[in-house]
Amino acid sequence: MASKNLIKIQKLYKEFVADEVITKVLFDINLVIDRGEFVAIMGPSGSGKSTLMHILGFLDRPSTGQYFFKDQETSEFNDDKLADIRNKEIGFVFQTYYLLQKTTILENVKLPLVYSGSKESEAKAKQALKAVGLEHRLKYFSNQLSGGEKQRAAIARALVNNPEIIFADEPTGNLDSKSGAQVMKILEKLNQEGKTIILVTHEQDTANHAKRILNIRDGKIIDDYKVNNRSTSENGVLIK
Amino acid sequence: MNFKGIINLSLIGLKTNKTRSALTMLGIIIGIGAVIVIMSVGAGAQSLILDQVQKVGTNLIGIMPGAPSEEGPPATAFGITVTTLKYEDGLAVAREVPEISAAASFVRGIETVSWQNQKKDTTFVGTTASYIEVEDTEVELGHFFSEQEEKSVIRVAALGYQLAQELFGQADPIGQKVKIRRESFEVIGVMKERGSVGFESVDDQIFIPLKTAQKLLLGINHVSVIRAKVKDNENIDAIIPAVKQIIRDRHGIRNSSEDDFDVRNQAEALAMLTTITNALNYFLAAMAAISLIVGGIGIMNIMYVTVSERYQEIGLRKAVGAKKNNLLSQFLIEAIIVTLLGGIIGIIGGALVSGSVALGANYLGYNWAFIITPFSIIIAVSVAAAIGLIFGYFPARKAAKLDPITALRYE
Ligand SMILES: Nc1ncnc2c1ncn2[C@@H]1O[C@H](COP(=O)(O)OP(=O)(O)OP(=O)(O)O)[C@@H](O)[C@H]1O
Ligand SMILES: [Mg+2]
Repeated sequence: MASKNLIKIQKLYKEFVADEVITKVLFDINLVIDRGEFVAIMGPSGSGKSTLMHILGFLDRPSTGQYFFKDQETSEFNDDKLADIRNKEIGFVFQTYYLLQKTTILENVKLPLVYSGSKESEAKAKQALKAVGLEHRLKYFSNQLSGGEKQRAAIARALVNNPEIIFADEPTGNLDSKSGAQVMKILEKLNQEGKTIILVTHEQDTANHAKRILNIRDGKIIDDYKVNNRSTSENGVLIK
Repeated sequence: MNFKGIINLSLIGLKTNKTRSALTMLGIIIGIGAVIVIMSVGAGAQSLILDQVQKVGTNLIGIMPGAPSEEGPPATAFGITVTTLKYEDGLAVAREVPEISAAASFVRGIETVSWQNQKKDTTFVGTTASYIEVEDTEVELGHFFSEQEEKSVIRVAALGYQLAQELFGQADPIGQKVKIRRESFEVIGVMKERGSVGFESVDDQIFIPLKTAQKLLLGINHVSVIRAKVKDNENIDAIIPAVKQIIRDRHGIRNSSEDDFDVRNQAEALAMLTTITNALNYFLAAMAAISLIVGGIGIMNIMYVTVSERYQEIGLRKAVGAKKNNLLSQFLIEAIIVTLLGGIIGIIGGALVSGSVALGANYLGYNWAFIITPFSIIIAVSVAAAIGLIFGYFPARKAAKLDPITALRYE
């Protein structure tokens, strides 16, 4: 049987090379994340949070070091294999939503299913939109939604293929506090339902929704601790 | 991922940028439209040329003065005057070659023809009585001059149909005196209407006896061409050597390389014209093909811009699991849809233009056929699709090869 380790990182370094300028971003990262965890990656701007998340989510590759995903070493995986993992095992939520313009919310949410060739994509997309409380916005275009609604649509898109992990990079960064709270509620609820959530934020309030907090500074993990008394209730009721 | 899904994605991509898609299409519309117009108008012009030549008659042999030149036009076509061909040569050919039913000699010039105060600059044709049979025509009023009259310097004339109308209007021309230059001629006949023959309107010409034209108006005693009519069902090519031999004997020529005349077959002229017009058509089609390539490069340009503008979309698609091939086919199919659609619009537009040209030409009285072959449509459509494929490939490959995170971070 698969171990409870979902992600295991050993001695990971990341540097960017552009025009002979080398930017070293991550140093000696060692990290294990288990199934069902809710981890917040915290740190000041430029500390490397997003970079780490991109590597964990197979949007980017480490410069050196090892990344075991579900106990498999991933350095030999080719681009198509990584695309497949992103499609089926991972959902992304970004600060700026990245919804396709002039495309309905429903079509946006269906997008991952298009690439997995899923059947009943319509029904699955509607179900995902219902889970984020957007069942009344199916035929809307992204520019007709509020920021909070856009982000919930993006969460529905991340959910639609029923992935194991959801990565969220500053999901509340562009939202007012009420919409932000709604988004965090949804993430908490998803975690309660068993999904592994990895959240990137630089706000303590937001990070407090997680069960574990990783602190990054200048590309190094300087702190890694469990949060016990969470500020939110267990019921996960959506605030409308 | 299935094919229908990809087509859908491509369509959405195109719809998202309607203006740009339309502009991209324009190059192809113009290119394909030009190909269709050129091929159709070329074929129409060819049909017109061949029709004109056929009207002259394909059972005619032309005897021209001057040494024969292999494929090209006769020397006289370049304005060189050769005086070796005579009226008697025509008579001899008609008399001695049994397969030839008649031969007519011709000289011509341009003069002012007048009646009372009506004037017209036109072509006078000095010819023989056999003109009627050789040209397969007849008189509408009166009569044509006789074999007797063609030998004497007699001042009679037959008017082309239109010339008679212009000079006389409602009046009866027969018996009236018209002037060519300052010489007076009695009108003995009016020819029936024929339209244009061999690109010249014979209806506004005036016909006078050969000798009269030679002595009175031109001061020469050679003829510029002899046309001989071959009896039906005779093999023209088989007769030509006999015709040549007769003239050689008359001119005292021993060796065919010393020929001072040339004998041509109208059918040959037809074949030559077909070759020339075909070459012209291919040349024009090549020009149109170049315009298509330019259109294709336009597509490539715009697609490169499209790809750069859509970095975030490409990044997002990759983030949610699009593989290289998915993006490659999405962008390729976008290009092919644009070019195919442009191709179809171009075909319709081209057909409309060539149809109007044909309609206009027919209205002006030319026998211009409206021809669009399935072949040209197949060519146009496959060229359009191929252009989409070829010029769409490189931008599409660029999109497919992008790093997901590079594309996402792009601003
Ligand atoms: N493609 C790249 N090329 C060069 N440098 C890069 C690249 N991507 C990131 N960096 C650098 O890596 C460092 C960390 O970037 P990262 O986006 O991970 O920061 P962050 O912690 O997410 O910050 P923020 O809170 O502002 O989003 C930054 O200094 C940035 O300039
Ligand atoms: Mg960041």
